[in-house]
Amino acid sequence: MAASDPTNPQATTGGAATGGTDPARTGGTKPRGETVLRVENVVKHFPITQGVVFKRQIGAVKAVDGVSFELNRGETLGIVGESGCGKSTLAKLLMRLETPTAGRAMLEGRDMFKLSGGELRRMRRNVQMVMQDPYTSLNPRMTVGDIIGEPFDIHPDAAPRGARRQRVQELLDLVGLNPEHINRYPHQFSGGQRQRIGIARALALKPEIIVCDEPVSALDVSIQAQVINLLESLQDELGLSYIFIAHDLSVVRHIADRVAVMYLGKIVEIGTEDEIYERPTHPYTQALLSAVPVPDPKARAQREIIRLVGDVPSPANPPSGCRFRTRCWKAQDICATTEPQLVLRAVEPHPSACHFAELKQHVVA
Amino acid sequence: MNERSGPNGRTSPQGVAVDDGHLLEVRDLFVEFHTRDGSAKVINGVSYHLDAGETLAVLGESGSGKSVTAQAIMGILDMPPAVIPSGQILYRGTDLLTLPEDERRKVRGKQISMIFQDALSALNPVFPVGWQIGEMLRLREGMSRADAKRRAIELMELVKIPAARQRIGDYPHQFSGGMRQRVMIAMSLALDPAVLIADEPTTALDVTVQAQIMDLLGELRRDLNMAMILITHDLGVVADVADRIAVMYAGRIIEHADVHSLYEAPAHPYTKGLLESIPRLDHKGQRLTTIRGLPPNLMRIPSGCPFHPRCPYARQECVDVVPTVRSLGNDRTSACHFAQEVLDGRI
Ligand SMILES: Nc1ncnc2c1ncn2[C@@H]1O[C@H](COP(=O)(O)OP(=O)(O)OP(=O)(O)O)[C@@H](O)[C@H]1O
Ligand SMILES: Nc1ncnc2c1ncn2[C@@H]1O[C@H](COP(=O)(O)OP(=O)(O)O)[C@@H](O)[C@H]1O
Ligand code: SF4
Ligand code: SF4
Ligand SMILES: [Mg+2]
Ligand SMILES: [Mg+2]
Repeated sequence: MAASDPTNPQATTGGAATGGTDPARTGGTKPRGETVLRVENVVKHFPITQGVVFKRQIGAVKAVDGVSFELNRGETLGIVGESGCGKSTLAKLLMRLETPTAGRAMLEGRDMFKLSGGELRRMRRNVQMVMQDPYTSLNPRMTVGDIIGEPFDIHPDAAPRGARRQRVQELLDLVGLNPEHINRYPHQFSGGQRQRIGIARALALKPEIIVCDEPVSALDVSIQAQVINLLESLQDELGLSYIFIAHDLSVVRHIADRVAVMYLGKIVEIGTEDEIYERPTHPYTQALLSAVPVPDPKARAQREIIRLVGDVPSPANPPSGCRFRTRCWKAQDICATTEPQLVLRAVEPHPSACHFAELKQHVVA
Repeated sequence: MNERSGPNGRTSPQGVAVDDGHLLEVRDLFVEFHTRDGSAKVINGVSYHLDAGETLAVLGESGSGKSVTAQAIMGILDMPPAVIPSGQILYRGTDLLTLPEDERRKVRGKQISMIFQDALSALNPVFPVGWQIGEMLRLREGMSRADAKRRAIELMELVKIPAARQRIGDYPHQFSGGMRQRVMIAMSLALDPAVLIADEPTTALDVTVQAQIMDLLGELRRDLNMAMILITHDLGVVADVADRIAVMYAGRIIEHADVHSLYEAPAHPYTKGLLESIPRLDHKGQRLTTIRGLPPNLMRIPSGCPFHPRCPYARQECVDVVPTVRSLGNDRTSACHFAQEVLDGRI
């Protein structure tokens, strides 16, 4: 219990600390900071095979199908979309836990998909990950000290042997856990505290980029805010860049500077947090926002309700042309024949992959 | 819906005169779990009521006792390890806790039915869904095979499963998550219940599908004039469908109010903290306010007010004395020593 209390100072210290990222957060202006990661046309197809002895490929799950974006220093790029749209696959590709079918990811001027050996190890140091499930992502038989210190086994130069314990305790302190709990096991911590352990492990090698795949989805409402605040203050303190994947659009709005909306393996719209939430032009983004229940009775009264029919089609067999057309209320003939590109549209200065991109009033509130 | 007519009237003890007329009322319910590790006081005096045709939302974090209360109402608690030391669950005036199991079984599904969070594990994977719905109708209503099948198709159409007639032979894994939840809803409606308990019916679903299912539940509730208990941890979901909210913490109802009043001005520090800590879709806020600390360990519930270790307003009185449920008018209550002050924004 004691360990949870030191965490809260950041919780209540208000907005001063967000100063560094403010320009990007408050306006439609271009986010500050140089590009740290440039993802270009990344594709991941999982083969579908048939036969036991002689496996024949009879198709492919197009989990990620041509995704491009840039990530700037010190910013948070939110990625939203429904289950199965390829968010986690994208995260795994960036962690090199899956091999891409095609595409490049430029980090410090080099394509990280091409690296191997020592270079790959160095890259891994720079890009770390926090996973969704704080219950299964930590080895139950290792102490917290061993879990957080494990990256130092692979990268001994990051912390000399003698200094490790101290470094781990600093990390525990940094994420708001009691440094004296270094010898405890994961089951002795709550869900929110375990997620802090996961964050401490991700920070051990001083990365520049952290990929967070649903980092707060498994947590209780009252605990989510603590972890979100922690991620934000760490970003301000350490200048981290986050790729923040979540299906909760309210959480993403809160934490992200820019947001990419994915549907069936593709980004359909990308822009600043304001552009996506206040001025979305893609019908899917509009429908997604409209589906989120809002508790404020006044805001709900003036909202326009858009209800999509049916489910997301299978990524093994996506619709021709625009992938969203089977659920889109605006679909025309051209939508079945010509795939809309993710480009700037006349209505709004941010990219949208819709032939008929247009603003719609009152989708959010 | 005309299907509603028959079965309900035949078996329900509708004739029983009820003192205060609530369709369902939980009165001062206590539930403990006795396990090897010790005993956990999971429900500590829960009271709530439900009238015909209305929707009560039960809101709370995981472990606060929402599902256990629902399971006690349904009579599906595992006893042991669960023990119910005291309390009443009145359905149309009859205390369900005093009924023998065979009487209780007649209430389950037919008077009060429940849908669960995880539709996949609640369905039997080795039987077609249509057969599962039909089998229940044959067992419980004594329908013929042909009638049961016809009714199963009707029910699947009622919950808007496309091409219901063709899909009646499909197995659960052939349906998407949203469609499976529709199947579960169809099953829960099969015996024409007066009360539907929906335990986090959309938590496992995508937001666009979640919206479809909530719309469906709202429509069915209106058309069939059912009363509904909606269990959830999402205040947004509550606001769209519920008439009243009961907020649970450590096995107690700590605040009860209609949706608008609760949102406008919470009367309990925990509710206030929850409202402030939730990120909002409709505007980008500053750093989130948090509720400090952790939800309580039910083996060692804090003395006095169970929320006191996390409460920014706690005083000595809160450590020493368990707050009683205070009435604030308009069917509003709050279990806080300083309920009125919190409501008025004075602390
Ligand atoms: N190893 C694999 N082999 C085959 N198909 C896969 C594999 N991993 C993922 N997929 C498929 O790729 C698609 C994208 O999956 P992914 O896990 O990236 O989705 P997601 O957006 O993270 O969804 P969620 O919100 O449910 O986490 C899905 O259709 C999934 O079934
Ligand atoms: N079969 C059981 N044995 C022991 N403890 C249980 C059992 N079922 C539930 N509990 C405990 O009861 C408490 C309340 O659980 P529950 O009602 O499921 O919470 P929720 O509000 O999330 O629905 C939790 O602490 C849970 O661990
Ligand atoms: S391109 Fe056509 S189908 Fe696709 S989103 Fe736009 S209008 Fe809808
Ligand atoms: S009784 Fe005291 S501790 Fe409990 S909620 Fe009220 S002020 Fe806080
Ligand atoms: Mg995922
Ligand atoms: Mg539950």
